[in-house]
Amino acid sequence: MKKILVCLKQVPHKDARLDVRSDGSWIQDDNIKFEINDYDTYALEEALRLKDQGEAEVVVATVGPERAAQALRTALGMGADRAIHIWDDALAETDGLGIAKALAAAAKDENFDIIFTGLMSDDANCAVTGPMLAELLGIPHITAVVKTEFKNGDVEVERELEGGALEVASLPQPCLLAVQTGINEVRYASLKGIMQAKKKPLDKKDLGELGLDAAAVAPKLTVEKIFVPPKGAGAEIIEGPADEVASKLVGKIKELGLF
Amino acid sequence: MDFAPDPELRAIEQEVQKLAATFGDDYWLDHDERKAFPWEFYRAFAAGGWMGTIIPEKYGGAGLGVLAAGTLLRAVAGSAGAMNAGSTLHLSIFGMGPVIHHGSEAMKQRYLPPTATGELHVSFGVTEDDAGTDTSRIRTFARRDGDRFIVSGKKVWNTKAQQAQKILLLVRTTPREECAKPLDGMTLLLADLDPAYCEIREILKLGRNAVNSNEVFIHDLPVPSEDVVGEVGRGFYQLLDGINPERIMLAAEAVGIGRRALELAVAYAKQRVVFDRPIGQNQAIAHPLADSHSELEAADLLWQSAAWAYDHGDRSGGKTNIAKLRAAEAGFRACDRALQTFGGFGYAREFHVERYWREARLLRLAPISQEMALNHIAEHVLGLPRSY
Repeated sequence: MKKILVCLKQVPHKDARLDVRSDGSWIQDDNIKFEINDYDTYALEEALRLKDQGEAEVVVATVGPERAAQALRTALGMGADRAIHIWDDALAETDGLGIAKALAAAAKDENFDIIFTGLMSDDANCAVTGPMLAELLGIPHITAVVKTEFKNGDVEVERELEGGALEVASLPQPCLLAVQTGINEVRYASLKGIMQAKKKPLDKKDLGELGLDAAAVAPKLTVEKIFVPPKGAGAEIIEGPADEVASKLVGKIKELGLF
Repeated sequence: MDFAPDPELRAIEQEVQKLAATFGDDYWLDHDERKAFPWEFYRAFAAGGWMGTIIPEKYGGAGLGVLAAGTLLRAVAGSAGAMNAGSTLHLSIFGMGPVIHHGSEAMKQRYLPPTATGELHVSFGVTEDDAGTDTSRIRTFARRDGDRFIVSGKKVWNTKAQQAQKILLLVRTTPREECAKPLDGMTLLLADLDPAYCEIREILKLGRNAVNSNEVFIHDLPVPSEDVVGEVGRGFYQLLDGINPERIMLAAEAVGIGRRALELAVAYAKQRVVFDRPIGQNQAIAHPLADSHSELEAADLLWQSAAWAYDHGDRSGGKTNIAKLRAAEAGFRACDRALQTFGGFGYAREFHVERYWREARLLRLAPISQEMALNHIAEHVLGLPRSY
């Protein structure tokens, strides 16, 4: 039976109101809605499709505070078999490498055949956790995956390149695939799924239980400040009658090579 | 007292919001205008197993309570579909309450599983022209004929009668004059809505036009006695297991629709600039919206409290009517204020709030009028003398 890990992150909901904290350290996230990172939902769907095709156990894991359990429950409701919830106060300030270390510690004895992650997170946008996790586990990885095919212990993938080009690559298992959005149609959890999720195991692990300590996940990267760029800077207002404005705008788009 | 959100209810809300959000305002405007039943929406929810929310697990449902069903319907009515969406689903959800609580084992085995999957549509046949809220005066009569009943009469406001294969009919089996109490002598039948004996006429109405409301004329409809729900003569009392959940779930829908309207109004008030400032900066716009938000929050607690009480065995109906009263008021006011916020555009169909407004107005009339809810509170909660 294949063992598949899907790493997912809980991020602010698309419709959530985002204000920067007064100290500029991060956004104000005390009383907003959260959801599973969009990229990760496609990663999860890809894993669940493998499960639908045959024998596979799908494990979901996240690093995040208490609230992140909801994301795991949603994933269990969609069909994942069990969940690992990693949290420790020492992880609150960590960076992508610290998160990758925590995930690697949880994954190392499980011998997963395939690990799926999203290409990046909607909030932090770093796109590093997947590749770092693969490196820490000593397995190959590939990013921006838009199509997967599993055959004879190998994985053949298509990945997205700049300008609409595609690249075909093949990797041996075990490996890590960081997937792009839109590669499949993500299912909704059914009511039965949500009910069954209650009975599925959700293991909580802190750093000690993973054989790590605060020093191991101390950030190597420090966020100095989050801010919204001032309005107007770099903007050019084109004025005049509509047809002139339109033709100037088209000229500008061509000039900048945007189309 | 624990106000922490229940993880399971949150999961229900989140998934329902996601699924409902795939049917946008244009889908609903189109179906409302064409009076077309929203089959795609119905099937999507049936496939997710949502029709079986309160049906016991043994019969293919999820075995959850009214609190869970209200959470589901609040999210559904809080989507672009508003009451059209709520009414597409809610009869399947609360309508079979009397069957769950009072039906025979054979009846439950036969009818609950297809209700849970969404294959079976059931219409509710209680209200009559001449009886209105005075249910004891219904005239549809079922006379015994050997091992069956023969039903004749007329019902009105039968939601989804055009889609339904069965109708949960409240009929008189003993004339009112011959009963010890006016509400005795009525029986519930889970009858076939057989076109050979039932004529269905659609009622044209102010809003919620994707889901039909009808008059049903019944001429000598045979109903086998195994289709009697519970006990002959106790129908009204058994019906309460559908009526109270209905009021609670519609209170939840009122909160949903009010929130939806408010959301659109707030977004518009931020973005619409008149006299060089967003209109939401004017207190004449901001205060009513803030006030409605607080009213909706209060109503939200009330329906949840009523649902919790019902799920814990309280059948008194006091909290139910309080929740229905306040939620219907808060929901309609929020829609009305949203319409006002949009100014002239609020009256235009393409901005959608007028559709919410038309639909929310219904909740002050149904499933029971505000006045009858007040009568219930006055009589049964405050102990005042009955006024009617």
